[in-house]
Amino acid sequence: MSERQHPLAALTKTRLLEFVREPEALFWVFAFPILMALVLGFAFRDRPPDPVPVGVVDGPTAADISKALAAAGTVKPSPYGTLPAGLEALRTGKIALLVEEPGGLNGPIYHFDATRPDSRLARLEVDDAIQRARGRTDPAPARETLVHEKGSRYIDFLLPGILGLNLMGTGIWGIGFSIVNARLKKTLKLMVATPMRKSHYLLAQIFSRFVFLVVEVAVILLFGVLAFQVPVRGSVALLCFVTILGALCFGGMGLLVASRARTLEAANGLMNLVMVPMWLLSGVFFSSERFPKAVQPLIQALPLTALNNALRAVMLEGHGMAAVGAELLVIVLWGAASFAVALKIFRWQ
Amino acid sequence: MSATPAAISCRSLKKYYADVKAVDGLDLEVRAGECFGLLGPNGAGKTTTIEILEGLTKPDAGDVVILGRRWGSQEHELREKLGVSLQESRLTEKLTVYETLSLFRSFYVRGRSPEQLLEDLSLEEKRDARVGKLSGGQRQRLAVACALAGDPELLFLDEPTTGLDPQSRLQLWERIAAYKAAGRTVLLTTHYMEEAERLCDRVAVVDHGRIIAQGSPAELIAGLRAPHIIEFATEPPVDDALLAAIPGIGDRRQRDGRWLLAAGSLAQAVPALVEALEAADARLVTLSTHRATLEDVFISLTGRELRDE
Repeated sequence: MSERQHPLAALTKTRLLEFVREPEALFWVFAFPILMALVLGFAFRDRPPDPVPVGVVDGPTAADISKALAAAGTVKPSPYGTLPAGLEALRTGKIALLVEEPGGLNGPIYHFDATRPDSRLARLEVDDAIQRARGRTDPAPARETLVHEKGSRYIDFLLPGILGLNLMGTGIWGIGFSIVNARLKKTLKLMVATPMRKSHYLLAQIFSRFVFLVVEVAVILLFGVLAFQVPVRGSVALLCFVTILGALCFGGMGLLVASRARTLEAANGLMNLVMVPMWLLSGVFFSSERFPKAVQPLIQALPLTALNNALRAVMLEGHGMAAVGAELLVIVLWGAASFAVALKIFRWQ
Repeated sequence: MSATPAAISCRSLKKYYADVKAVDGLDLEVRAGECFGLLGPNGAGKTTTIEILEGLTKPDAGDVVILGRRWGSQEHELREKLGVSLQESRLTEKLTVYETLSLFRSFYVRGRSPEQLLEDLSLEEKRDARVGKLSGGQRQRLAVACALAGDPELLFLDEPTTGLDPQSRLQLWERIAAYKAAGRTVLLTTHYMEEAERLCDRVAVVDHGRIIAQGSPAELIAGLRAPHIIEFATEPPVDDALLAAIPGIGDRRQRDGRWLLAAGSLAQAVPALVEALEAADARLVTLSTHRATLEDVFISLTGRELRDE
């Protein structure tokens, strides 16, 4: 009969409809990563470092010193009437350094804590400003070239991480919850009682992910490119390939996590067990290189680490296929192993 | 091939769980074209039995033949010919009625179109309604429509009308009767006697995982030693000792403040009862008699009531 759809198409369509009719799911998949990128992007946006606050104790030369410091721009002077008042401010961390020149033009005295990096920096900046204002000339004046390249900012580091995080989250949550829910409500059992091919059911879960994937990746990338000018230096085709492999891998892990669980609580626990370590270790918000050397092999073997590294290599450094081969292999292995085990141990009722 | 080949046949079926023998040596033969009812209280093993026959649960022992085939090697082929409605399965709430039917239709090579199914179960008006917005009766009809999507030769219904209002129940009964009238086979479980009496050609009474009686409802009722029931209430109430002494009265039980007495002959039992009540100074408030039902069959077999509600 002509009205019969292919079961795989019908199952995939069912999954898509279920998803788009769930407003919360739409929020977590699309709006949440953008909100996160927006907040973090602004929190860590590029701007000159704040001038370091320093104190100047009242004295004959205090006005001149303050003027010189204000002109230099790298520190922010504030006046203190007496030495004890200034020292009090220093001790409580309101200022990084206190300048005093009792009795006029006989050389400033710097009060500061040498273990504080900003205090040491202030010592150099303040002394430099005062000495120049009093006529010091440099025997070999230095020149500066300021580097301000797109691709090396925090948002550039963050966006591929958020993309990887989202691929993991939607893969594991999206597939995991839908399957456990169907098992719980016995819809799965009802379908198993029909001639439906079990492989069709599982494939439909993965296929429906691809449709979301296109939208989800496009939304996050466009947002990054348009709002923050995040560069995409490598080939777009390779970037797509990497995200597809990533989505397949986490889809397989979603199947695995959902393959036995009989309750949403059990599934939720398993998902957290799988995802939370990767949230922390896999270099989403900060580089995974910061963890000790001893645990690096472990961290590098995690699928999200591999995915994030590959995404960054392609987007930020413009690397080609050969450079991300090892990462792709890690992703494929995780995906294939998860899928195979899930099929083997899947509980249909 | 015999004149009426068996649609379902199983021998010495056993399924033990850790704490209960759910099915304990059950034999069953359902002929093609009949509506067969598995009758019994909750926990009797009806659902386990039907799920074994549906190929959803593996028996610990026993042999099952469905439409001349066996589960295992011929599973897929068999599933094309069966329709299954499970107890308490919930269809996806976010889908519409029509989308649900198209999905189930897609699983079968041959079957009825979603439009036909809507018509079969009078769901046309709910075509585009979400499953989550349907009433209990509508959901149950949709579940049966899904079971009919492959135009099955054999239909399994596990408690199809449990929890439905009388009108919805009647609608489903009509639909099941129409399906059977087209020459198909139905196996249903129920704990409603009325349902079994109306729909089933034959029933099997199941208790503790075994069949304790089987036959047509009329045969089972006729097999009772006391095929009449006298139902009465008195003011003040009378006690069992008084009734036990009356000749011609069999099983006695109480429900909702009334006595129900089984009797072989009304002509003998009713005058004797009236006489005994007068002697005890108990005034009759109501008195009625009716033919025994399957419910009475069950009680005489097990000493328990079928329904616990």
